[in-house]
Amino acid sequence: MDLTLQVWRQASRTADGKFVTYDAKGISPDASFLEMLDVVNEELTERGEQPIHFEHDCREGICGSCGMMINGVAHGPIGGTATCQLHMRHFKDGDNIRVEPWRARAFPIIKDLIVDRSPLDQIIQAGGYISVNTGSAIEANTLPIPKPVQEHAMDAAECIQCGACVAQCPNGAAQLFTSAKVSHLGLLPQGQPERYDRVIRMVEVMEEHFGSCTMYGECEAVCPKEISIDFIARMNRDYLAAKFKNRKEAGG
Amino acid sequence: MTLDSKIPPGPIDKKWEYAKAHYKLVNPANKRKYDVIVVGAGLAGAAAAASMAELGYNVHCFVYHDSPRRAHSIAAQGGINAAKNYQNDGDSIYRLFYDTVKGGDYRSRESNVYRLAELSVNIIDQAVAQGVPFAREYGGLLENRSFGGVQVSRTFYARGQTGQQLLLGAFQALERQIGLGRVKMYPRHEMLDVVLVDGQAKGIVTRNLVSGTITSYAADAVVLATGGYANVFYLSTNAKASNATAIWRAYRRGAYFANPCYTQIHPTCIPQSGDFQSKLTLMSESLRNDGRIWVPKVAGDARRPDQIPEAERDYYLERKYPSFGNLAPRDIASRGAKEVCDEGRGVGPGGRGVYLDFADAIKRLGRNVIEERYGNLFEMYADITAENPYEVPMRIYPAPHYTMGGLWVDYNLMSNIPGLYVGGEANFSDHGANRLGASALMQGLADGYFVLPVTIGDYLAGQLGKKVSADRPEFKQTQAEVEERIGKLVNAKGKRSVDSFHKALGNIMWERCGMARTAEGLKSAIADIRVLREQYWRDVRVLGTNEEPNQALEKAGRVADFFDLGELMCIDALQREESAGGHFRVEYQTAEGEAKRNDDDFLYVSAWQFKGDNAAPELHKEPLVYEEVKLATRSYK
Repeated sequence: MDLTLQVWRQASRTADGKFVTYDAKGISPDASFLEMLDVVNEELTERGEQPIHFEHDCREGICGSCGMMINGVAHGPIGGTATCQLHMRHFKDGDNIRVEPWRARAFPIIKDLIVDRSPLDQIIQAGGYISVNTGSAIEANTLPIPKPVQEHAMDAAECIQCGACVAQCPNGAAQLFTSAKVSHLGLLPQGQPERYDRVIRMVEVMEEHFGSCTMYGECEAVCPKEISIDFIARMNRDYLAAKFKNRKEAGG
Repeated sequence: MTLDSKIPPGPIDKKWEYAKAHYKLVNPANKRKYDVIVVGAGLAGAAAAASMAELGYNVHCFVYHDSPRRAHSIAAQGGINAAKNYQNDGDSIYRLFYDTVKGGDYRSRESNVYRLAELSVNIIDQAVAQGVPFAREYGGLLENRSFGGVQVSRTFYARGQTGQQLLLGAFQALERQIGLGRVKMYPRHEMLDVVLVDGQAKGIVTRNLVSGTITSYAADAVVLATGGYANVFYLSTNAKASNATAIWRAYRRGAYFANPCYTQIHPTCIPQSGDFQSKLTLMSESLRNDGRIWVPKVAGDARRPDQIPEAERDYYLERKYPSFGNLAPRDIASRGAKEVCDEGRGVGPGGRGVYLDFADAIKRLGRNVIEERYGNLFEMYADITAENPYEVPMRIYPAPHYTMGGLWVDYNLMSNIPGLYVGGEANFSDHGANRLGASALMQGLADGYFVLPVTIGDYLAGQLGKKVSADRPEFKQTQAEVEERIGKLVNAKGKRSVDSFHKALGNIMWERCGMARTAEGLKSAIADIRVLREQYWRDVRVLGTNEEPNQALEKAGRVADFFDLGELMCIDALQREESAGGHFRVEYQTAEGEAKRNDDDFLYVSAWQFKGDNAAPELHKEPLVYEEVKLATRSYK
């Protein structure tokens, strides 16, 4: 199939960017979106133009490296799919596709489609963990965890930290990402001792970098792991409870 | 130089205890005086960095990704082994040890494998305490499943994302230490060389992948946890950026490279569908618990799978290995697939594929159970192939997946360069000639959480007051060499893209140093690699400059190292005139086509020493001594 791409090119963080039009010809419908870009990049290299820079690695939808706005939608038109798992069979011959980097104030552009998502790591550093030093763990089966609780925690833990939720949100908010980690750990019995302290610390760092959540729900719609927006409600509940509770009493 | 593996004395189940009791210790108040560099933040790297920081060392962790959580450990699907014996099915530390030695076709170091089996139980405890949501029974206790090459259920898993969840556990522990200021993280930094001062590893040289700045960093010890090199084949299940540069640079500085030819070709991957293909996707081995592998009995049978009656199907693994069936180890299952495809009985485009069929399991257990066990894998398969595996059997074919070879390390995971430690897939020690499923996560985490943080103290204790600065001439010299090499790549200004060279190299490696190897093929591969490498340095096209984000330049440096490593793999495969595990020399097989080992002549680790660009590497042999496990011909029949 033959396609026309409008791709955002920007040489560096401070340079001006612009859309550049490229032809992608003879693309196999079985190719992934990134493999289509590989083909375009080989042609660009042949012509002596620098290839389009985009972040990618595992190409199995799990590392969270890749991500771009495809016709205005984070990770493109197919739900529950990261860009690397989006296949060209979902497009039509002759389609015009606009490709942009994540657009969010918290994610400055590094080059072309690559952005800096480091504020997400900072949220994890603030409290997205259970404090247990190596060697001090109890025997694993000492603590039974009801299967539904484990499954629910796993639903949240599947987040790949790609940043699509932020990119799609009109406010550039990171609530879905933050709430997924708050919930993963807050649902499990191991996560209880730090539960209320954790949510406050993570939310505070989140608010330093990202916009506010006004429940558009676009994050959930584009999440490649289909993480539920219910987790945001859960985080808000914990956050409120943490503010009201005597934190010492709550074990935080 | 003789190789001293430093195996502790005493019975096998007391060696680790003995070693720990005899290591020199660093006083808690002195630990903060030491700087340790950790390169890589996959399971081994992140676990080591976090655990050493918890002990009090100043840790500096370098990754080429934007975040340590992107390391390719994250893509491991199926599970992690541990000898918990929760299933009461006769498992024990000894059995896990034995299975791993046997699975590795008697080419691993017994003492290391035993320690791995011992530590497996601690890993599960640690991961659960961190909040890793392993699968559970309705009673709330941990669930297990089986994996290839064993007859007990000892594999712990978190849906089809076990690697992800374990890595997140280690990542979160690492992030905690970063937040506490105990680890300084250097994201988007690629290590391009190791710096030796008086023969000891004292630092690294890196390139900042955003600015292109080349910088030297000094430390008291260096840990490499930079993964494996299956991308030498171009098409593999590894992530696109996975590369051998860190360990290859260390090799060129004098670290021995052990068993480079031991590569794992994983039996259950989605077959290649075209030339555009950039990587191959693994379907977890756990699928072989319920899926049955078959091909038509007759070559050239072009009927749809549902129209081939039972009697005309060949469930070849069940037929050849009745006791292990579809759970035969990976090397055997892969060769089985190659064999039936070579006979013309393969299915799908090009005839390079076999069926992995869930129809029986769905009939027996119901679709819901299968969905619960493998839902995300089925979805992934459907995304990639546009076929519904609940209705049509999956098509699978072997693909390069893991490399058992790596830098030579002693029992303490230190290479032959003092102060240079190597963990996880980057070292060679535990898997012999074939790794069993669900053992890579176990090894990465055992190395990272429990081995390296302890063994490194033994070295560091002797380094107090011996700190060096990155201003020393050794650093300047190494940095100048790194810069010169980058300059060569940028200034080659040739005509061919890096990828086109990488594909050509991959093709040589896959055809002649892949699932079946011959002396003749390996010799011609070495010659062809040399020609291609010479063209590469002359004709590679890297556009742009060093002083900017430049993905072509990043790839170019990695591929340059793959040429050299590919050559060494062929040299190693050529000298090993036997078949063992994943290394199958066509000349050495039994009448039934099974690998034929030669314990009289090849019961050793081959450890290669770099002797210069135009000189042959020198082979050193570490003899393998089996005191516990009796050498036997592996049988899974």
